[in-house]
Amino acid sequence: MSAEVASVNKKAMTKPPAPDSMLKITLRRFTKNRLAVVGFIIIIFMFILCFIGPYLSPYNLYDVTVKDKNLSPSMEHWLGTDKLGRDILLRVMLAGRISLLVGLVATVITVVIGSTLGALAGFYRKWVDVIIMRICDIFMALPSLPILIILGAVLSDLKVPSDYRIYYLMVIIGVLSWTGLARLVRGQILTLREQEFMQATEALGLKDRRKIFRHLLPNTIPIIIVSATLSVASAILFESAMSFLGIGVVPPTPSWGNMISAANNLVDFNKRPWLWIPPGMSILLTTVSINFIGDGLRDALDPKMKR
Amino acid sequence: MMAKDLVEFRNLQTHFHTSAGIVKAVDDVSFKIREGETLCVVGESGCGKSVTAMSLMQLIETPPGKIAGGEILFEGKDLLKMSKREMSSIRGNEISMIFQEPMSSLNPVLTIGQQIVEPILLHSLLDRKAAKKRAIELINLVGIPRAESIFDSYPHELSGGMRQRIMIAIALSCDPKLLIADEPTTALDVTIQAQILDLMRDIKKKLNTSIMLITHDLGVVAEMADYVVVMYAGKVIEEGPVHEIFKNPQHPYTQGLLKARPVMGQRQERLYSIPGQVPNPIELGVNCHFHDRCASCMDVCTVKQPSLQAYNDSEHKVSCWLYEEEREAQ
Repeated sequence: MSAEVASVNKKAMTKPPAPDSMLKITLRRFTKNRLAVVGFIIIIFMFILCFIGPYLSPYNLYDVTVKDKNLSPSMEHWLGTDKLGRDILLRVMLAGRISLLVGLVATVITVVIGSTLGALAGFYRKWVDVIIMRICDIFMALPSLPILIILGAVLSDLKVPSDYRIYYLMVIIGVLSWTGLARLVRGQILTLREQEFMQATEALGLKDRRKIFRHLLPNTIPIIIVSATLSVASAILFESAMSFLGIGVVPPTPSWGNMISAANNLVDFNKRPWLWIPPGMSILLTTVSINFIGDGLRDALDPKMKR
Repeated sequence: MMAKDLVEFRNLQTHFHTSAGIVKAVDDVSFKIREGETLCVVGESGCGKSVTAMSLMQLIETPPGKIAGGEILFEGKDLLKMSKREMSSIRGNEISMIFQEPMSSLNPVLTIGQQIVEPILLHSLLDRKAAKKRAIELINLVGIPRAESIFDSYPHELSGGMRQRIMIAIALSCDPKLLIADEPTTALDVTIQAQILDLMRDIKKKLNTSIMLITHDLGVVAEMADYVVVMYAGKVIEEGPVHEIFKNPQHPYTQGLLKARPVMGQRQERLYSIPGQVPNPIELGVNCHFHDRCASCMDVCTVKQPSLQAYNDSEHKVSCWLYEEEREAQ
């Protein structure tokens, strides 16, 4: 009996299971989630399409050939042409660059502002919390669409060139949409800070900055990721909506939103679906895939999940 | 020769302000912890043991809590007068603490290694590589095999006993002079309890660390303590060397506690239990707080508070009118 135990022990001793790195574990968990993988592939495809595709296109963004206007999809123009005879595929790809960039940059801004302010409010409470949360309330009380419309009009008035407007747009969308995340993070931190392990960090004499950014925020990562993916999608939608209303990205720079908006009449809608289906499908596919990735990442990054 | 005093509580008072009134969780408590000594604080739930330890670490939430008075001297310096920064450099470095709940005292999203390395990097001058080496040494010291792979695992992958060992490793990471253990074995099963206690005794011997052990388990006291402090309703009612307390308990409460524990080789139908309940801690009167449960209660007990007096001029001190009368008679 004891010999048996000893031999088992010996086996365990001689063959220590190599611990997997965090990255490996995350990858393994992520790839187990089919939808997330599909979403990931679609997003990668979108990025390649949008950032490399235009170089392979024989057409130019500003080539206006009126004789080729409103062609339906064919071998020369895979997705047809619009009313100025511009290639739809090229325009969708170039519009995608802008939409994806807006989505990502706006989200980074949202996450940085939202999680930092939320964490500070939740950790320090008292007057810090009051000030941050009241600012948050003010931002939430402001209806964002009218503000965006006003800011869009201001941008137009300032004669900001259409290529640069997009950068202002990213910042504006980011700055307007951090409030939800800040509240979520604050709520989480409020419960987390009362946990025993936080008392333990206090007993170890750690500094506040370390407690917040190393001990508390990583615990809120699942929330941040889910909220960030939703915010990528909503930033893309926001940009589309604004461009659709004519105040975001303005023609001739294409965006998915203003391409749909260009098809905003009965004839185009009924007779020329190639004008609005490609950008519409792009928005749909991108946002849905990003949400799937978010779900997958949340599960994969959470060390509490055993699998 | 007597060892030097490491910590001295002088008339510590920690109060909690609640809507129902002031709770004097720790009321005028004084005792000393000597270097290299294990001091056990015993008492039932809510008697102020943990609050005493938390006051020492200054982990009392204010509000509602407040250290209303007294001094806590650590190597001659009053901890209560220190700035937040000075206190941070003592916590985890010179005084460290093990908590009751090993399951929730480790951060679930950081690896064991990251959590052990953290205080080392903060309090010592070691670089990352040396800190890792030290962490692995510590994991070995607390008796966990495969230290390298444990270093990279997450808390949920370990059992309760292992996590408590890791907590001890973290607490020991900077060679503290005082280790506070707040019921370190309460959440563990008996066999693991014994191992953890053995481990703490070993460490005390090896590193000459003083230990302040908070417990309600007299078995643990008998095994570990050099010196015992018995608390009841926020007051120290009896203190003395462990042999004295076990052989010759003076306070009726201590006597009751010792009677209430199972003794090997003795058959009993039921264990003794002290009648009555712990008094409501809000606005306790100026009397012996134990009087309504005490079999030898006298008139004076209900109107006047006894003070902690040396018994037979030894280290053994007791706070009970029974012996004050005697002294006066002498």
